Parts: sequence; structure tokens; C-alpha cells
Amino acid sequence: MKRLLWPVVVLLLLLVVNLVFTQNFFSIQMRDGHLYGSLIDILRFGAPLILVSLGMTLVIATGGIDLSVGSVVAIAGALACLQISEDASLFTAVALALALSVLLGAWNGVLVAVVGIQPIIATLILMVAGRGLAQLITDGQIITVNSASYKVIGGGYWLTVPFSIILVLVVLAITAFLTRRLALGLLIESVGGNAEASRLAGIRSRGIIIMVYAFAALCAGVAGLMISSNVSSADGNNAGLWIELDAILAVVIGGTSLSGGRFSLGGTVLGALIIQTLTTTIYSIGVPPETTLLFKALVVTAVCLIQSASFRAKVFGRRGRAAPPSPAAPEEKVRVTA
Amino acid sequence: MTTAALDLSRRIPAKYVPVLVTGCLFVAMFVVGGIRYEGFASGQVILNVFVDNAFLLVVAVGMTFVILTGGIDLSVGSVVALSTMISASLMKGPGWPPYLVIPLVLVIGSVLGMVMGYIIHAFDIQPFIVTLAGMFLARGLCYTIGTDSIPIEDATFTAFAQTKVNLFAGMWVSPSVVIAAVVVLVAAYVLHYTRLGRAVYATGGSEQSALLMGLPVARTKITVYTVSGFCSALGGVLLSFYMLSGYGLHAVGMELDAIAAVVIGGTLLTGGSGFLLGTVLGVLVLGLIQTVISFEGTLSSWWTKIFIGLLLFVFILLQRLFSARRT
Repeated sequence: MKRLLWPVVVLLLLLVVNLVFTQNFFSIQMRDGHLYGSLIDILRFGAPLILVSLGMTLVIATGGIDLSVGSVVAIAGALACLQISEDASLFTAVALALALSVLLGAWNGVLVAVVGIQPIIATLILMVAGRGLAQLITDGQIITVNSASYKVIGGGYWLTVPFSIILVLVVLAITAFLTRRLALGLLIESVGGNAEASRLAGIRSRGIIIMVYAFAALCAGVAGLMISSNVSSADGNNAGLWIELDAILAVVIGGTSLSGGRFSLGGTVLGALIIQTLTTTIYSIGVPPETTLLFKALVVTAVCLIQSASFRAKVFGRRGRAAPPSPAAPEEKVRVTA
Repeated sequence: MTTAALDLSRRIPAKYVPVLVTGCLFVAMFVVGGIRYEGFASGQVILNVFVDNAFLLVVAVGMTFVILTGGIDLSVGSVVALSTMISASLMKGPGWPPYLVIPLVLVIGSVLGMVMGYIIHAFDIQPFIVTLAGMFLARGLCYTIGTDSIPIEDATFTAFAQTKVNLFAGMWVSPSVVIAAVVVLVAAYVLHYTRLGRAVYATGGSEQSALLMGLPVARTKITVYTVSGFCSALGGVLLSFYMLSGYGLHAVGMELDAIAAVVIGGTLLTGGSGFLLGTVLGVLVLGLIQTVISFEGTLSSWWTKIFIGLLLFVFILLQRLFSARRT
């Protein structure tokens, strides 16, 4: 639990800022049998990011990284919308899009595990080519669809709760069960610790690695469906742009080390929520939205510095262990803006 | 592996093979293009590739330094955009002269790079994350300056944009190409004939060994990010010559192009091996792909991305084959 301390503190801090600056921030209302409120909005708009981050967590736990998720988001949305606009059934469209996502993920996995390419580069290929593919699917246009049932995935409600939140909870529950109740999580961490040693110990490292990349792409595919269904259109160029960076940030903020070997699903969800809350906060307290990226940079640097052992030793070490953590924050900000 | 390929690699030192492959690819693309399209096989087509990609070349040179040490710099595209934005806004608003603006922009870029290098080294955080934060920071600063495109009407800048430096036989390049060429030559000299260059290769080869050998690893790492920051800022200045505007959305994704150029040029992403000439060839190949697609006429612009992805794949696979055989 100690690992989750900082993310929780940051999230609470953001929520307190909202409490001070925004009226009715914490009120959740029922309107037309649907839940409404700022907190629900954070969850609803953060749903794709949480999904992508979940997949990214497992990839990073194996010591890898997946830069291609943003492109997969665009491809999945594009394919689904194209199918629906050509009068395919919802099921076919969704199934095709998700199948293609898994295939692309497996391709990444094979490049990493079988061919032995560095993950950052292996997935860079699909990151670059994938945007082209997505535009190829949409023929460079923005495909708009008019399907009420497709709209449900990203913008609909089920039992008064936004459907996307339910979808995230289901994926989270399944992932948590598979990795924390079964041995799978242990195997993933073991591969991340040392893939070769794990193989010698009788773990099928290759299979595990291919599986996590496929899972990350599947999550990205679902997120792509959500994003495209929420706006009822697919944009090969801009859908999911930079979501891979946000997802990696969410994972890092959540305390999963980029060098692999251990991961925290709860931390990742917290990290994704921090990023989404930050975005919402900036809108609600009236700071120009253009500065979102600045705040993001500050938060990222602050969180990474706090988590860095050598930074803690340098800053807190000199003033003794008991020094309050608050002086650290302004100091970093100066350093970043300098 | 065929025996012919084996023979070839025995005669040529393995470290030159990736650069040679890229060189052959470039020549092959040029020859095929020359056969297929009318007016393609002229020196000016190649020079135009330089003219249109001078800024990318400068940025890729900085990226080569970083990648040679085994790091990565994701902030370059944003720093390029920030440089165009700062120079455009300072010249339009307070009306600063270019000879003040350009040095200021270069200093800002270098300082940004140095700060990132310092954080990477001092706090032992992954370059990927630190430069990602730098990317957000620089893009965010662009948007705080302004969300709209700011035109540049300064006489010096327009002169730089429109001047043609005549070479021989009626062929010409822009002044930016000359600047880029100087950057490439200086960088090649630094990498191959100075202590810093040796330290860069050694750090990339094995940081531990470099440290044990007594090389200034800390200084080297901070220096390469400073160089990359400087090159990005200079690339930004060249881009503002080219575009004659400052805009927060300039150079989106340029970090990917720069990384792709470096990789296609045969530099190993794990660091320690690669040549600046390779990076130049990598930029040329990327530029030639765009030229071919525009000559083809019927192919849409997204094919560029797909081709670059394919090329990346082929080259990484090649790298993998060569490095696997060496061990």
C-alpha cells in the first residue's frame, strides 16, 4: 500500500483544489434516470485512458513498452465505423475491429519476443505505419456513423451508469482476477524481472510476452471503439493521438517501474484518474485549457522525481528523513520551468 | 544468409554495412524513380529533398548524439515548435531584431536540453519519461504564447526563405541547407575526432565500462541532451525560415521522423554504434519517399507513413540480423 501513497495524495490534492474552486463538484445527480456530475464525467471521459493504461501496465511489467496503442485506437475505431457505415451488424463490426487489434498486438509481441527487437522500436513501427493504416481504412476522411446501438459503447447508459464505466470495471475485474488470483501476474512479473531466467525456470516467456502485447492492443481496440462511438465518427488522424504517452504516464505515476518486474493495477487506475482529473480541473478552475500540457509536464516531473530514489536521497536526505515532503514540490517546479 | 551476402560482409567491416545498405537503398530509389517518372532524375530533385528537409536533418543530427549514448529524446518536435513560436512572437510583438531573437531561441533550446539531461543523469529517471515531460512542457509553452499561427514578416527571415544559393549547372539550395550542411560537418568532426565523440560512443557501448574507464559519463550524457536541444532550436529557426510563421502545431510528430531517420541510417538504438553519414542518408531516404509519392500523384499522403513504417521494419530486422551474427 505504501507504493500507492503518492498517487493517492496527488489525486486527493487535485480533488481538494476542485472542492475549493468549483461549486457542486462532488454532487452527483440523477437526471432522466442517468447519473450526472463532475466525478462521473471524470470517470466517463477517463474510461478509454484507463483501459489503454491497463494494457500498458502489463506490457511495462514485462519490461516492454507499447507505443502503438494510439494507432490501434484509431484503427479499431476506423474499422468499426467503416463496417457500420457499410451496413454490417454491430456484432460483426465490433468483432472485426477487436480481432484486428489483437492481431496487431500479436505482431508487436512476435517482433519483441521472437525476433528480439527492442520493444520501444518494435512498437514504433506500428505507431508510424498504424496512423497510415487508419487513414487508409477511412480513405483519409472522417467517417460518421448513425447507429444508436454503436453509440451505447462510449456514450450510452446501462442501469443509470455510463456504459463505458461498466466496461472499464469489467475489464479491470477480469484483469485483476487473471493476474492477482491466478499465477499469471507472477509469471508476467517474472518475465519482466529476467526473461531468460524465467525461460530457464520453465516459464514460456515468449508466449507471455506475445500475450501481453495482444492484451494491450485489445484494450486499445476497446478504447478505440469507445472514443469513436462517443463522437459517432472515426478520425484516422486524430483519434487516440498521444494516448500512448498519457497511458505510459498513468502507469509510471501509478508506481509501476518502467524497467519491469512488478506492476500495480490499482496504481495505474489512480494514475489515469489523476491525468483525467487534472484535465477536468484545468477546465473547471478557469485556467486556459491550452496550458493543460504545462500542468501535465509539472505533475509528471514532480511524481517521477518523488519516486526516484536518488532524488529522495538528495532532497530529503540532507534535511533528515522526517522532513515534510511539501518543500520539494515548489523546488521541482522551478527546476522544470527554468 | 546467402553466401554472396556473407562474402560481402567479410570484405567490408560489419559496422559499415547498415550505412551501405541505406546508401544502396537511396540510390536504388533514385534510379527507379528516374526510370518511372519524367524529370525525376535530376540533381535538383535531390537538392530539393535537402531544401524541404534541412530542419529535419539538423534535428536528426542532435537525435543521433542522444541515441548513440543509448538514450532517446522525445522533446525535439515540441522544441522545434517552441522555437518557431518564440521567434515569431518576439519579432511581431515587441519587434525584436533577428540577431537577438535567433541566439535567444538557441539558448532556450540548449538550456531545456541541459535541464532534461541533468534530471536524467542526476535522478536516474528514464530518458523516455523525462523527455516526454519536456515534450509536454515545450508544447504547453507554445500554447501559452498563443494558439494561432503567427506570421513572420521580418526582412531577414524572408530573405533567408527566398534566397537561392546557386551551385553549378543552374542547381540551387536554400541558405538553410548550407546551415544544415555546416551542422552535419561540425557534428561529424565532433563525433569522430574529439574526446567528446569518443565518450559518446563509449557511453552508448557500455555506460558501466565507460564509467570504470574514468570517462566523464555524467558530463557526456548532459552534453548530448544539450546538443539535441540546441539542434532542435536551430531546426526550429530553419523551420521558421521555411514556413515563415510560428505555430504551436508545427512539427507535430517530428520526433518520430527524426528517430526513424536515425534508425534507417543504421544507428543502433541501444547506442554505441552508428554514423552521422547514416543519419544524413536516413533523412534523404525519408525525403525521397515523399518526393516519389508526390511524383506518383495518385498515391495519398498516408502511404508515406505506411512506407516509413515498412522501411523501419526492414531496417530494424537487418540491424537485428547483423548484431545477432556478431555475437
